[in-house]
Amino acid sequence: MFKTIKTSQLQLFAMLAAMLLIVVFFSIATDGAFISPRNISNLIRQTAIVGVLAIGMVFVIISAEIDLSVGSMMGLLGGIAAILDVWFNFPILLTVLVTVIAGLALGLFNGWWVAYQRVPSFIVTLAGMLAFRGILVGLTDGATVAPTSSSLAVIGQSYVPSGWGISVVGLLCLGLIAKVYARRKARKQHGVENKAAKFEYAKALVAVVVLLVLLYALESYRGIPTPILIMGGLILIATYVAKRTAFGRRVYAIGGNIEATRMSGVNVERTKMLVFGFNGMMVAVAALILTSRLGAGSPAAGNMAELDAIAACVIGGTSLAGGVGAVFGAIMGALIMASLDNGMSMLDVPTFWQLIVKGMILLLAVWLDVKTKKAQ
Amino acid sequence: MTQPLLDMRGIVKSFSGVRALNGVSIQLARGEALSICGENGSGKSTLMKVLSGVWPHGSYEGEIFFEGNLVKAATIRDTEALGIVIIHQELALVKELSVLENIFLGNELGSFARLNDEEMHRRTSELLARVKLDVLPDTPIRDLGVGQQQLVEIAKALNKNVKLLILDEPTSSLTTTEIDILLNIVGELKQQGIACIYISHKLDEVLALSDWVTVIRDGDHIDTKSAADLTQNDIISMMVGRELDELFPREEHDIGDVVLRVKHATAKQAGAPRAQVDDVSFELRQGEILGIAGLIGSGRTELMQCLYGSYDGEYQAEIELEGQTVNIRSQRVALEAGIAMVPEDRKRHGIVPIMSVGRNITLSVLGQYSSWFGAVNEDKESHDINDYIAQLKVKTASADLSIKNLSGGNQQKAIIAKCLLTHPKILILDEPTRGIDVGAKYEIYKLMFALVKQGMSIIMVSSELSEVIGISDRVLVMHEGRLKGQFDHQGLTQEMIMNCAIKEGVANV
Repeated sequence: MFKTIKTSQLQLFAMLAAMLLIVVFFSIATDGAFISPRNISNLIRQTAIVGVLAIGMVFVIISAEIDLSVGSMMGLLGGIAAILDVWFNFPILLTVLVTVIAGLALGLFNGWWVAYQRVPSFIVTLAGMLAFRGILVGLTDGATVAPTSSSLAVIGQSYVPSGWGISVVGLLCLGLIAKVYARRKARKQHGVENKAAKFEYAKALVAVVVLLVLLYALESYRGIPTPILIMGGLILIATYVAKRTAFGRRVYAIGGNIEATRMSGVNVERTKMLVFGFNGMMVAVAALILTSRLGAGSPAAGNMAELDAIAACVIGGTSLAGGVGAVFGAIMGALIMASLDNGMSMLDVPTFWQLIVKGMILLLAVWLDVKTKKAQ
Repeated sequence: MTQPLLDMRGIVKSFSGVRALNGVSIQLARGEALSICGENGSGKSTLMKVLSGVWPHGSYEGEIFFEGNLVKAATIRDTEALGIVIIHQELALVKELSVLENIFLGNELGSFARLNDEEMHRRTSELLARVKLDVLPDTPIRDLGVGQQQLVEIAKALNKNVKLLILDEPTSSLTTTEIDILLNIVGELKQQGIACIYISHKLDEVLALSDWVTVIRDGDHIDTKSAADLTQNDIISMMVGRELDELFPREEHDIGDVVLRVKHATAKQAGAPRAQVDDVSFELRQGEILGIAGLIGSGRTELMQCLYGSYDGEYQAEIELEGQTVNIRSQRVALEAGIAMVPEDRKRHGIVPIMSVGRNITLSVLGQYSSWFGAVNEDKESHDINDYIAQLKVKTASADLSIKNLSGGNQQKAIIAKCLLTHPKILILDEPTRGIDVGAKYEIYKLMFALVKQGMSIIMVSSELSEVIGISDRVLVMHEGRLKGQFDHQGLTQEMIMNCAIKEGVANV
């Protein structure tokens, strides 16, 4: 059986196993408080911001680049959203639109320097990390911009009405099963054998069960938090972009061998710039969730968030050398990091220990990855 | 033979149940050279990895004796200490460091605090004299040609008191002159009592250099014979297990009108004193195979890069494709105009190693399968992939396998498939058969003739003169960036091309 499992699948199992281990450990250590509906709701709400950042970052890392400006950019975009909302009383939709466009513009700016001017992305985004933070402090005069309107609070603080939540998840489950069915049928028509195919229904079933359990837990508290719905939607879109579109394919190819990809006639520069632009939009979404949750734009917001996003990607199996990685893995990485944070906080572990443990987990995850690759 | 220097007995090596080597035995005395021949994937490299300690003692069956002692190596360092040094096809020199620093890398003379530069300098000069390399010890490696770098590698091996030198495809990127120098030096080393194992696809070199020839096929030891008793055809039939009527399956085909007219092509690196391509003009006809010969550095590859838009300096050329003037600024424009290229450096410019065979094949034409928002129609895509894999006989377990797992010949076929999917009018092949085995070469030649019969035109750059003569309809020879000669294949000999490529003199265009 193990021969038919690919490395990527093995990695997925390892990640799920790690997640399970963490859940079991903290559940026992906290006498079940860790898996109470209230805490599960909290935990995945905490995942949302790093999760959305990781979705953008994973594309950047797959293309063999890095973005260190994400934290400052999130602070700046969150600040812009707060200013539009508090100072200018923009309607919520316009605030969202302007923030996302600003995120796209900042991302494309980074990408232009990296792709067309050939400045290493480490340097371009290090410069951005400094400059974006500076602009934020300059715009706000170093003061918190508050209080934001109640309509902006919807993005980060509200819950989806239960009828809506249940139907969305229900549709998702049905869609998942229908997709597996359609794919098997198509494969039969083309006469293609796939050894991994027999696990397909089992995999879809596991996903459905996990979704339903989560739904039950969330509904027995206050319902599905809106940020999680947003993240869920973005996961679906980003996975589709990565796996099924020509753009996604080219991003992987660029990370795998940029020279060969250029020789194949791919517009390498434009693709790279778009990757940074996409990342900028994800940062804008994360910034909106952050500002909405805090109810304010703070000059220190998003400090060091880029490191959490990078760590999430790497724990989720993304290779810093490029060409390897997946959106789902990055989300799992973010969830693992958030679980550790949450669990240790519940156990009253001092903050300094939390940092040490997270650092060690990051090291351990990559070490295991290197080891298993060598073993092959 | 008295006590042999090297005695490998019944080596068996398996990878997850598959036998890569199935009882291979070789013996070699001091001062002798043994060539190992076999198609790619036959087990040559595995055998050398066993010998050099990449696969440690205990991971294979059989025994290795060196100077009469059983070798129990755990790493390459152990075998190097015994005097077994392997020089790989991909050179292991640090380009930023000097000749001297590379030769003594890891074995620096002097104390921890202070290096003994005078002694290292003296020894380096001695070693360079032994390999007849006329450069200063302080020259950075990056300033040397590939052939010269190879000699530095040999000097480095000599510095380690080498007793058995293994050369793995040393000449695949060398010019004829450089190869002669290398072969001479190996000959001299033999006289000094150093044994040599030589791995090469170039059978003329094999016969010129070695005392013994061992042929391996699919991990089996076919035979070891005295080189004096063998011809190239003998070796080939032992390698492929069948008689090849001829190396070059020339087929008659019709040649039509001019499709490509290149005028005044010039290419120059910014700040370089000399142009790499210097005012070259030529024509290509429909259904023609145009061979381009010349030494490495003569501007052949750079001329092709101008046609494909991949030259990384300043370049200009008046290019007329089917009567239309085209301005090829990038690879994309070239592909759109109908020019595709199989690049010289397969690993760097050809494949995306971690991606699957199928995805490598469709990389150039993803747009063809995409809807308006970029979704790839994977059914249509895999249909085409399977189609081309079958047509070009790419040997792969599945289209989903990473392309890095394929042999060089099959990787090359996949890259050709990638080019063909763009439906080019002109196909440029830069060193299409470098480092690939005889069987795959033959299939690529067959394919080239099939393509020109369909009306495609092919430009082939090659360092192998027999190939240039055997395949091309017409041959252009380049020398120092200029077009120096033009020949019809009828009656063309290797000497004529070499004379034109090497000697200064009046152009014969």
